[in-house]
Amino acid sequence: MKTAIKLILVMILIVCMSSFTYNVVNEGYKIGDVVDDFSLKNINGEKVSLADYKDAKGYIVIFTCNTCPYAVAYEDRINQLNEIYVGKGYPVIAIMPNNPQIKPGDSFKAMQERAKKKGFTFPYLMDEGQTVYPKFGATKTPHVFVLQKEKNVPVVKYIGAIDDNYKDANAVKTRYVEDAVNALLKGAKITNTETKAIGCTIR
Amino acid sequence: MRKYAVIGLVAVLTACIGKNSKVQFASNELTVLEQSKTNLDSIKLDVFDFNGLKPLLNKKDDAIYVINFWATWCRPCVKELLYFEKLNREYAGKNVKVILVSLDFPHLYDSKLKPFIKDRKIKSKVVALDDADMNSWIPQVNEAWSGAIPATVIYRNDKRKFFEKSFTYEELENEVALFLK
Repeated sequence: MKTAIKLILVMILIVCMSSFTYNVVNEGYKIGDVVDDFSLKNINGEKVSLADYKDAKGYIVIFTCNTCPYAVAYEDRINQLNEIYVGKGYPVIAIMPNNPQIKPGDSFKAMQERAKKKGFTFPYLMDEGQTVYPKFGATKTPHVFVLQKEKNVPVVKYIGAIDDNYKDANAVKTRYVEDAVNALLKGAKITNTETKAIGCTIR
Repeated sequence: MRKYAVIGLVAVLTACIGKNSKVQFASNELTVLEQSKTNLDSIKLDVFDFNGLKPLLNKKDDAIYVINFWATWCRPCVKELLYFEKLNREYAGKNVKVILVSLDFPHLYDSKLKPFIKDRKIKSKVVALDDADMNSWIPQVNEAWSGAIPATVIYRNDKRKFFEKSFTYEELENEVALFLK
């Protein structure tokens, strides 16, 4: 029985690897740019917009998905970010940018299952039609954009990685997103406004 | 377990309807995989942090280096890998050297990466980069790199070009041709 399962898994893997395409995304929001609001479906099928969060001071927008090992490595940390900052006015808004026809593991149903299994405390939205991630200029998962409301309009304040160690949450030295939001809360200058990390190309 | 097997079977059958050739291919691959599990010792894998990798990105020996950043879990990377292999094969006589830098997770080197190298009979040099502080080294590869893979550097001495994209074989040949002159 075990061999049969292995055989099947290997076959699935090979079949799935056979054909995938790739899109290049270039421009997107820079630090200081105003973000257009969006209206995307959450795992309950309800539309969510930034404007729904009337009391928010800003947002932690994270492009993430089910299928990328780097994104998966950060799931618990994304949950923690929301737990720390939702009460301080910076909710996490997670957006799944991949095309589920190319990546079946990122289907709406798979998103629902993942959110339930991991107990996501934040909205997990699907970028249906892939119209939102190109505007942000997100290229990979995970890819974070910290926004701050200025005159009630969301402005980009930080772009990049969650922290400096994808492998081991306990070995993290610099928590880029936390540092950025803490700075915003204090009205201080953000030390690292842009950071880089390896991620899975959005497809 | 049984449930997964059934789900898997359905998935494979769905994917394979009308694609008999692919099923054939899959079962061939499978045999290869099973045979090769026994001996991974022959696969040598250099693991570097970025400081260790750096010399490979800055050689001055007049060879054309094609450095590809990839991982076994990255499907577009795996897809284009055979083009890099072909390049390595066909341009070896023209002093072109392909180096495949794997960003696989370290705990999967033995269970995923090495079997992959062995089963696919990868001939290009493969090294693994294990350096968690990515923000410090990604810009050193190229300022423009967002961190998405696949990504490729082609260089010869001081001339270099960076690509955050997938390649076809033709595109790869065309880019290398610019360095051959």
